[in-house]
Amino acid sequence: MATKIFKHIQTSVVPLPIENIDTDQIIPARFLKATTRDGFGNNLFRDWRFDENDNAKQDFVLNNPNYSGKILVAGKNFGCGSSREHAAWAIADYGFDAVVSSFFADIFKGNALNNGLLPVQVSDDFLKKIFDAVYADEHAVVEIDLVDQFIKIVATGEQETFEVNPYKKACMTNGYDDIDYILSKKELIQEFEDHK
Amino acid sequence: MGQTLFDKIWDAHVVSSNEGFPDILYIDTHFIHEVTSPQAFDGLRTRGLPVFRPKQTVATADHNVPTIDQHLPIKEELSRYQVDMLTKNCAEFGIELYGLGHPFQGIVHVIGPELGITRPGGTYVCGDSHTSTHGAFGAIAFGIGTSQVEQVMATQCLLQSRPKRMKIEVNGKLHNGVGAKDIILYIIAKISAAGGTGYAVEYAGDTIRALSMEGRMTICNMSIEMGARCGLIAPDETTIEYVKGREFAPKGEEWDKAVAYWKTLYSDADAAFDEVLSFNAQDIEPMITYGTNPGMGIGITQHVPETASFEAKEQGSYKKALDYMGLHDDELLLGKPIDYVFIGSCTNSRIEDLRQVAEFVKGKHKAENVVAWVVPGSKQVQEQAIREGLDKILGEAGFPLREPGCSACLGMNEDKIPAGKYCVSTSNRNFEGRQGPNSRTFLASPLTAAASAITGKVTDIRTFLKEKELVS
Repeated sequence: MATKIFKHIQTSVVPLPIENIDTDQIIPARFLKATTRDGFGNNLFRDWRFDENDNAKQDFVLNNPNYSGKILVAGKNFGCGSSREHAAWAIADYGFDAVVSSFFADIFKGNALNNGLLPVQVSDDFLKKIFDAVYADEHAVVEIDLVDQFIKIVATGEQETFEVNPYKKACMTNGYDDIDYILSKKELIQEFEDHK
Repeated sequence: MGQTLFDKIWDAHVVSSNEGFPDILYIDTHFIHEVTSPQAFDGLRTRGLPVFRPKQTVATADHNVPTIDQHLPIKEELSRYQVDMLTKNCAEFGIELYGLGHPFQGIVHVIGPELGITRPGGTYVCGDSHTSTHGAFGAIAFGIGTSQVEQVMATQCLLQSRPKRMKIEVNGKLHNGVGAKDIILYIIAKISAAGGTGYAVEYAGDTIRALSMEGRMTICNMSIEMGARCGLIAPDETTIEYVKGREFAPKGEEWDKAVAYWKTLYSDADAAFDEVLSFNAQDIEPMITYGTNPGMGIGITQHVPETASFEAKEQGSYKKALDYMGLHDDELLLGKPIDYVFIGSCTNSRIEDLRQVAEFVKGKHKAENVVAWVVPGSKQVQEQAIREGLDKILGEAGFPLREPGCSACLGMNEDKIPAGKYCVSTSNRNFEGRQGPNSRTFLASPLTAAASAITGKVTDIRTFLKEKELVS
């Protein structure tokens, strides 16, 4: 099945300079009762975004009209905790195409890649540069190029390359799907089972 | 060059390995539950695919289930719908379901081992990060996202890159009142909630060897809390004795063959690890967390760290965590009044945990200010506890034994900790809102939780152990 294609974006960013953001913050467990993949964006960062009476908390960045864009920039160890893919669905459904951090939790990274949401791991220094840029100018634009694997702060020209698994890169830039790939090797699976 | 335990098991399950691609890894058993499976079943329907190996797929309902009156319909509509959806999907795709009312129902990571489905040398996955629990048997077991659940349903395989290997050794004799939960909270506090990311972690050393299977499961369970892909412990006589005779364990000739293979499952003396860490069991005291990730733990007699002790860029996140917890720099948790005690979850809800708590609370009573919940990990654990009379002991002490499920570990059912309240919990995560919106969690061992329920405040279990030796 074809999936979303990602090659290149250039957009303003949303800064969230908090470390160890776990998937329970991204999408709290009580919103995991849905049985489809749709609509999780409404509850993205629910308890940071809204109070117990569902009023928007004005001090949270997603409620600040000065910040918008397709890139979420967050502190290190982003996406730790539960394996819930709902976290990646919520971020993508809200409208982000990429998450930038200096460190990602494993399962989140895999889930994001399986949903056309690009996790971009940068150095601590470069992460700080992005935060500095966006706090100096909330419309600061960041460019991410998956084909050539670089991320750039457009105003200053500062850039850094990033790593991505070559297979997952091919999937994201072409819209390939893991299941189609494994199914193409089905005779090997049956052979493996016969020799077990 | 010898091989690590992890590599021996991995290599035995590689279906196909191609340069530039992740390996195609064969999965022996796929565990599923109601929360992370519905979208995967939908995906199969869209593709027009069956579940490739339904007999190697095991389902249970655990996250949404109530822990009282399980014989009645689930009250909460969305929870009921999700559990019903699992029942329908399992019927449609030919998967065995241990649903509500079934004698094998329970938390997915408790039932796999107790039914003898989890065995040394196997590969196990589930759309649940605490799948790492099963590694206690000397197996590769890890949590996956729903797209991968669909992948395993469709192919019984998973695309996966081989992680790096880490060995964590713990040697020495544990102090009285210190157990498996304290060991793992100690390790995570030392290496942080991200310290194991990218690694498969093998736990070794004589302290680990001396643990029961229940204790080993507690350790491997929380591997994910340091970010590790999985945790595992080489099988030995303790493992073999545990598996022997269980419902789905191999029998007769098959058993002998299996045991002969299991005895080859260890890291060779000259096996190379990417990282090796060593800890001394004598350095570990009963542990408790004070913050909002499992790496924020201290010995129970220690003070909460000062904000100034962190790097400048970390101070904001640290302060946010302390504010959420209603704590301040240098605070001593010992003696702090608490509101709830939760004994349960895939970390600490097995029969050994319940026995230990019952033995300790026998003849005592919980404090007035505390609500105490004991939630068994499975129907079988519950039945066994009743057979042993533990329900009576616990009930008389003010710790009613409830019915099995994930319960207040993540509050997807009614078992939520109210806003602002403190809970000493034997579960695995102290994230903001984990046990209910604005709830505050102190993670600790079953003994520390039980002792704190008795006094009504955070308590050092060792103060109770003077007249009697209680080794956890």
